[in-house]
Amino acid sequence: MTKDMRGLTRRALLSRAMAAGALAVTGAGFIAAPDAAWAVEVTAIKPEEMAALMQMARDIYPHDKVGDEYYAVAVKGYDSDDKKAMVAEGIAALHAAAQAQGHADYLAIGWEEDRVKVLQSMEATAFFQTVRAGLVTGLYNQKAVWPIFGYEGESYSKGGYINRGFDDINWL
Amino acid sequence: MATFDKNDDSVVVIIGTGAGGGVLANELAQKGVKVVALEAGGRYLPEDFINDEWESFGQLAWLDARTTSGDWRVHKDFAGLPAWIVKAVGGTTTHWAGASIRFQDHEWKALTNYGAVAGANLHDWPIDGAEMAPWYDKAEAKLGVTRTGDRAGLPGNNNYKVFEKGAKALGYKEVHTGRMAINSSEYDDRMACQQTGFCFQGCKWGAKWSSAYTDIPRGEATGNLEVRDRAHVARILHSEAGKVTGVEYFDKDGNLQMQKARIVCVAGNSYESPRLLLNSASSMFPDGMANSSGMVGKNYMRHTTGSVYAVFDKPVKMWRGTTMAGIMQDESRHDPSRGFVGGYELETLSLGLPFMAAFLYPGGWGRSFTTALDSYENMAGLWIVGEDMPQETNRVTLSDAKDQHGLPVANVNFTDHPNDVAMRNHAYARGIAMYEAVGATRAFPTPPYPSTHNLGTNRMSADAKDGVVNKHGQSHDIANLFVSDGSQFTTGASENPTLTIVALAIRQADHIAREMSAQNI
Repeated sequence: MTKDMRGLTRRALLSRAMAAGALAVTGAGFIAAPDAAWAVEVTAIKPEEMAALMQMARDIYPHDKVGDEYYAVAVKGYDSDDKKAMVAEGIAALHAAAQAQGHADYLAIGWEEDRVKVLQSMEATAFFQTVRAGLVTGLYNQKAVWPIFGYEGESYSKGGYINRGFDDINWL
Repeated sequence: MATFDKNDDSVVVIIGTGAGGGVLANELAQKGVKVVALEAGGRYLPEDFINDEWESFGQLAWLDARTTSGDWRVHKDFAGLPAWIVKAVGGTTTHWAGASIRFQDHEWKALTNYGAVAGANLHDWPIDGAEMAPWYDKAEAKLGVTRTGDRAGLPGNNNYKVFEKGAKALGYKEVHTGRMAINSSEYDDRMACQQTGFCFQGCKWGAKWSSAYTDIPRGEATGNLEVRDRAHVARILHSEAGKVTGVEYFDKDGNLQMQKARIVCVAGNSYESPRLLLNSASSMFPDGMANSSGMVGKNYMRHTTGSVYAVFDKPVKMWRGTTMAGIMQDESRHDPSRGFVGGYELETLSLGLPFMAAFLYPGGWGRSFTTALDSYENMAGLWIVGEDMPQETNRVTLSDAKDQHGLPVANVNFTDHPNDVAMRNHAYARGIAMYEAVGATRAFPTPPYPSTHNLGTNRMSADAKDGVVNKHGQSHDIANLFVSDGSQFTTGASENPTLTIVALAIRQADHIAREMSAQNI
């Protein structure tokens, strides 16, 4: 169930990405990391919507050691013609919920704790639950994130752990 | 491999090829009985198994539609997936972790030993430990259970070492690496465990016993067993005299076929077996087949389960090695001073990161959840297996929803009994205390997963009014109709059920062959 990796690029053209904020909307159908280390191209939804989705994904499952590119992969599936109306409606509701709590919009909120309060206000919505449930596989089933958590995945190809530390605990 | 004519009414038809059906098929074939085994799933062998949790789940799990109701949390979090069991040749013996422990003597007689429990439908089994001892011996030899016979125990992995130290720190005595159907050294043409993990995804070494690569091919080699995979049985047929005459099934191409039979044995696990009996209703049996007692589908049990995961300040790497690597049995006694009847086992368990994210706290999000996963490498885990109370209202019925063949699917209704809740809370507290005794910095009482131990929906009873089958798994109503899986359990006991299912299947094969020879069925 690894998410489709197409659309993720690391191209130098993104050097024009603006340095403001954690993510930059380049204006050309891309959003990119400020250091241009990665970028995600969107074709069906707006770059601003992808940026909001990625922030929402990180706020739902925040892992400080997991880079934005993995969250981008996790929500990239929403960039499709059959999902763009759901995304537009959901992100509009997200911003409206932020405004109801006195913020300019969701992405303008500085502290995660305040964004979480906005998410809690819409926790029962189908949009929130769809995004959250999708992340369970979309984020954690990416083989590339496993090493960040120390998880080693399959070991059969290496002969298991019988000679590779199945009982190597040394601190008990 | 044999091929039998669909009009051959001398064959025994077995529905399902797991711990019950797969063993029964081989045992009958070895005795010269002709068997057609119909398996809804496909055939997968160790070389086909996938050591990736979600990919394997897509390959092996029973994903046909089911519906749920009741107060159990599975209904809220996994409404269409009440069970985590397998649709494949070998059934859930590909997925099981291998724990193989006998019922304790007192557990065969729950009503006598616990007394009546309000709201529970406790009964004594019509068999006991002495009756079952020789069949357990045969089952342990078949499965190659460690710490039985002259078979050594498995070595303990990191997860077990944490578990053992915590259990002993609390004064527990019965703590060891388990009696497991996983080879500690080569046995019965199967190699020794390589401590690979992924026991739940099918053992790629074949070190863990599964009927898929033991009993099934050995039965086929006799020339007396034909296994038809991707054959989904729709209904059981009967004569005007009320005897079973065969089954109708959808073949791999979706075409309806009919196989005649002298005897039919139902072994589709505790949702599909009662569903099939209910879907086989006729003018003669308007409430479903073998259901004069009204007990088909009722008294569904799933063991009182739950997990405790805990994190430490240093790595554990619990995923390395056998998934269920050890057990603590001191709490499996019956001791009502703890506030509940019956007992529970604690057994180590680990999940990979993808399944941990799905099951640690379903629906959970935010820092409380993600900081737990941040410490995944430093996590240890255990699983609770406790006796739950049979309740008539916990039951499998026919849903309004239909499957891909147009057949009503099973609806599974479940609500914990207060005894189940008290036991689970006790087990959570003891599990947390074990881990805190070895320095856990945080612990997580994790709710039950979709059920793997599904029991009781065609229960065994001495009296025909109390249950569906007699002490041989033979239906009270129809002499040539048998139930051969965990659905015949009268009560659940506190042990993982597979060994008992296998022992009952070996014993049932003996009974069926003898009754056939005597021309009684």
